[in-house]
Amino acid sequence: MKKAIVSLLAIVLGLVAGALLMAVTGHDPIEGYRYLISGGLKNRERIGNTLATATPLILTGLSLAFSFRTGLFNIGAPGQMLFGGFCATAVGLTFDMPRALLLLAMALAAFIGGALWAFIPGLLKAKFNVHEVVSTIMMNWICYWVVYYGVPAYFKGPSLETESRLLPDKATLKTPFLTDLFNGSYVNMGLILAIIAVIVVSFIINKTTLGYELKAVGFNRDAAEYAGIAVNRGIVTSMLISGGLAGLGGLTQYAGNAANIQIGLLPSQGFDGIAVALLGASAPVGVLLSSIFFGVLYSGRGFMNAMTDIPPEIADTIIAIIIYFAATSILFERLISWISRRRGDKAAKPDKPDGLAETVKNVGKVGE
Amino acid sequence: MGYVVEMNNIRKEFPGVVANDDITLQLEQGEIHALLGENGAGKSTLMSILFGMYQPDRGHIKVHGKEIRIANPNVANDLGIGMVHQHFKLVGNFTVTENIILGSELRKGPVLDLKTAAQRIEALSKQYGLNVDPYAKIENISVGMQQRVEIMKMLYRNAEILIFDEPTAVLTPQEIDELMKIMRNLIKEGKSIVLITHKLKEIKAVADRCTVIRRGKTIGTVEVASTSEQAMAEMMVGRNVSFKVDKKPAAPGDVVLRLEHLNVRNSKKVLGLSDFSLEVRAGEIVGIAGVEGNGQSELVEAITGLRRLESGVISYNGNDISKLSIRERIHEGIGHIPEDRQRRGLVLDYTLEENMVLEVYNKEPFAKRGILRRRAIRSYADKVLKSFDVRSGQGAVSIVRSLSGGNQQKAIIGREIELDPNLLIAVQPTRGLDVGSIEYIHKRLIEQRDKGKAVLLVSLELDEILNVSDRIAVLNHGQLVGEVAAAETNEGEIGLMMAGVQRGEGA
Repeated sequence: MKKAIVSLLAIVLGLVAGALLMAVTGHDPIEGYRYLISGGLKNRERIGNTLATATPLILTGLSLAFSFRTGLFNIGAPGQMLFGGFCATAVGLTFDMPRALLLLAMALAAFIGGALWAFIPGLLKAKFNVHEVVSTIMMNWICYWVVYYGVPAYFKGPSLETESRLLPDKATLKTPFLTDLFNGSYVNMGLILAIIAVIVVSFIINKTTLGYELKAVGFNRDAAEYAGIAVNRGIVTSMLISGGLAGLGGLTQYAGNAANIQIGLLPSQGFDGIAVALLGASAPVGVLLSSIFFGVLYSGRGFMNAMTDIPPEIADTIIAIIIYFAATSILFERLISWISRRRGDKAAKPDKPDGLAETVKNVGKVGE
Repeated sequence: MGYVVEMNNIRKEFPGVVANDDITLQLEQGEIHALLGENGAGKSTLMSILFGMYQPDRGHIKVHGKEIRIANPNVANDLGIGMVHQHFKLVGNFTVTENIILGSELRKGPVLDLKTAAQRIEALSKQYGLNVDPYAKIENISVGMQQRVEIMKMLYRNAEILIFDEPTAVLTPQEIDELMKIMRNLIKEGKSIVLITHKLKEIKAVADRCTVIRRGKTIGTVEVASTSEQAMAEMMVGRNVSFKVDKKPAAPGDVVLRLEHLNVRNSKKVLGLSDFSLEVRAGEIVGIAGVEGNGQSELVEAITGLRRLESGVISYNGNDISKLSIRERIHEGIGHIPEDRQRRGLVLDYTLEENMVLEVYNKEPFAKRGILRRRAIRSYADKVLKSFDVRSGQGAVSIVRSLSGGNQQKAIIGREIELDPNLLIAVQPTRGLDVGSIEYIHKRLIEQRDKGKAVLLVSLELDEILNVSDRIAVLNHGQLVGEVAAAETNEGEIGLMMAGVQRGEGA
């Protein structure tokens, strides 16, 4: 509830700061925002593209949210995503199977690949108390170079040295049904996979004994140990699930939004997952909503750039500012409790109902 | 004699709570004035106001007859007000001198003048009978000595008004006597003291007057010499309290827990517990007495499985359990009320109901095939919370962090007793609680004993050990000094044993 207000405040302040930035650089903020928003939402195709952009973010955001909820700071989502995508691509380019089976095998490969990449830092943390931030960052670079070597060596494209061959149609998540529904957008079955993942993760976190254990370990390792919960196993399990989700994000990126894999790039969605999870208050539904918001900004900035002379970097700056505010949410929490305390003092005089606060409350319910 | 400090009609509100409501405290020149109240009565808030950490909403403060606004602790220091905190604020690998001068260093040009400072400290130490070695390192001196360093810090800064915040909580009985002597010396030298405490015996021993506060209000100020402990306790709690714990003699049965030659390493990898043997029988309460840090944690953690044994055997109902996991031991019927309730005992960000099933969440009826069953958890939690009178804002769905310390503790005790353990290990079960809750918890422990369960009580409060236990084992430096029957011993004897003196040796 309070967290939803914080997230919305972060967004509002980020947008205000962006408007100031546009105004200072001599552009019209209202026009800028009109094109930014309509670029993301103005017709079915653009909505489809927004959702497609959001898809890998949903999965990496879930990955991060899951690790945050269980007390881990898995910064290795880029590597896990890349490795998951690499494994899926390898399966897709190597095996010839009926489509349903092939896609299932690719999804499995993506999940296992991502999970494996997170398993190592998880094990190091459990056994030797190596901090996961350090070890997952290292794993990112290991993956970067593995792919750098692996793609040209085994899956080289016909023309370019820096990309893999294109996946055959049946080995991608694109489906005519969704493409047609959104007027030729590149939205694909990855979106469905991501929504299923939101539901499953939400279920695990809130309804299962596994979720109960992992959250207990995250909140208070000592108390979990006292209660007989296998703390080390919990840490490894959390990392496996978190990494697997990031791996699925790789599948939706490299075999859904794109159809091949490039070398020399750590996917930015892995890092953006941190922001998505923060803005979504580490709640699965919050992650879904904040991913879509990021999707709007990312897919609208090109349109804004084309229609006005506002540079696309402004959109990136707005995103960065929003992330900054979301990450410093403790400030807002203080601000909110300070305001409510001030209100409490004036309790005798009934205040006018605050329109914004009401809206925020309603959105908050969805986000919880 | 005039008042050195007057705090008149002080009111301080926090969101939703009135911490101090019209409190008046007047400190005479040269007296020891006790401030008595239960936890949460508002003692700390009042003293924080005097020390400049909070501003009162109403009321005024006079120091030496002059009305004054104490905007921050620096102002308090300048006014000669000093505070010995309950938890010492010392740098472990600095010397006594370095710690004392920290923040007001003497300089000779650009370099520290430690020598002059040390000389001054030595002189002060002699004047007040503190016996502090200015060159010793903090980590090498006892807790009692560290407290004297804290006192010395105030004297070094020429404090005239000294506030002691629960100073005896960490001391042995002998060290407490020493502290009392020091306090009297300070008075003789013209200082004035406010002593915050909830221990009536200490007030009786050392204080001149006592102001009692309850729920943020002043109940009254009494002359200690002409007021009984009973009367002060009633003022503090607001009703009649019994100090004596009512209990029948124990009827010990079979041995439930047998510890043989336990050796346990502590976190510094040295033996925290060495060659320790003990038996606990069904239907008796065995108390473990000792000064903090003498092997109690190692002992408890070894029995519950939180810490590995170096060697030795732990048998429970005749079976060796030293290889079992923590969870297996819980399922065997070992309950544990941990020393640090917030670190070990509770997941503070979980709700009460989630905490009530912390050890059994995965068993029926609370879960089926890996899915939690909220309804079963709720009704179980409601039952425990009701029968142990745990009070919270929103009942079972309250976040535990929002509960008061006493209610958190009652929740843990309820959870552990509800599991109906054959062996209940209670570590400091009443630390920081008020008289009413203490009474209640002691009753529940004795009830367990009377049901034929074995209880191991570890406590730093000697009164608690003496009143509740049937048998007492004393620990010193990780070793068993001796075992005595509670009915046949007294505070003096246990105190000496806590200092490592074998029974019959010292007298």
